[in-house]
Amino acid sequence: MTLVFAGACSHAPGITGRANRGDPEQRKNLLESYDKMRLAIKSSGAEALIVIAAEHFANFFMNNMPAYCIGMADYYEGPIEDEEWLGIKRVKVPGNSELSEEIIQIVMNDIDVSYAQEWKFDHGISVPLNFLTPNYDIDVIPVNINCQGPPLTPLNRAYEFGKSIRKACDSINTKIAIIGTGGISHWPCTPDSGKINEDFDKTFLNSFIFNDKKALLSYSDKETYEKAGQGGFEIRTWIAVAGACEGSKGELWCYEPIPNYAVGCTVANMEINYK
Amino acid sequence: MSLYYVQKLIYELNRNPDTTKRFEENREALLASYDLTDEELTAIRKPDIGLLYVLGVNGQILMHYAALWKIPWDDYLKSMEDGVKEHGPVRTGLYARTEGKLS
Repeated sequence: MTLVFAGACSHAPGITGRANRGDPEQRKNLLESYDKMRLAIKSSGAEALIVIAAEHFANFFMNNMPAYCIGMADYYEGPIEDEEWLGIKRVKVPGNSELSEEIIQIVMNDIDVSYAQEWKFDHGISVPLNFLTPNYDIDVIPVNINCQGPPLTPLNRAYEFGKSIRKACDSINTKIAIIGTGGISHWPCTPDSGKINEDFDKTFLNSFIFNDKKALLSYSDKETYEKAGQGGFEIRTWIAVAGACEGSKGELWCYEPIPNYAVGCTVANMEINYK
Repeated sequence: MSLYYVQKLIYELNRNPDTTKRFEENREALLASYDLTDEELTAIRKPDIGLLYVLGVNGQILMHYAALWKIPWDDYLKSMEDGVKEHGPVRTGLYARTEGKLS
């Protein structure tokens, strides 16, 4: 029973790369919420942090795109983006290949996950880490769900993937925190960048907070694309966290739609129900 | 149209410093190693961010190409708007799947 923290948050590059272009009050609330999450992870005693992310063609490409991948290296590098562009200095991030292998082996009973011994973090992981582990002093295990474009893994599989990761965490004698990062509605890097569908976001967040499996898995990709843009496909990362905490409830710590950051900036936690 | 290879070129430019160096020092030889149409080559060389968007390049890849050319964020967004005005709607890829066409 070693999952000690679970939550989800945004990772938009504008949060750090265009930091000064957000409304100051909204930004203050966002940063305080990231810090609340940082302290919660720290006080949980977590020895490793699993980041379920949706990377953006930094490591995985259409020549061999895994639906699911877990990192299995002793260190990673990031961000891959220009440091000035993203506003985050490139660093080595500690990993734990042995712990990764243990987790991967267990997850493989349920999901044909791929693994990677080399991984250059993009903003999808580097932005959350910048706020949650600013000293890079905890082992990170990166996890990717392909959310960039079809064919996409079905939502129920993302949920089951989260359940499987939970199963692995609970059978390993290491305290582990898990966060999902992505979404919710956004149209990143397109002419529609800055558009935010608050109704979609709030409905989804409500389903997440109540861990309403039926509602979370009810979205079709067609509906998500139409209402939440291609960035909406990243709801899979949140759904995986919901799966990891099946039956428990969450709490919304921040929702600030900030068009200059191109996303509704969100921080939420999920209680851990020990079975 | 060879959207796959346009995107692969930019993916590798973003990821591999050696590819970026070749792009700066021996660009034509590098471009020749990808299966690109004349229109794609023109868009890459210029660079015509708007045309690359219309050709279907995913924004998560395209923004890195704009950053490589030090194109400011607002100009990058405007380039895509201008591209659609000049070249018409996005022809293929994810962004062409609008109006309920995504299956």
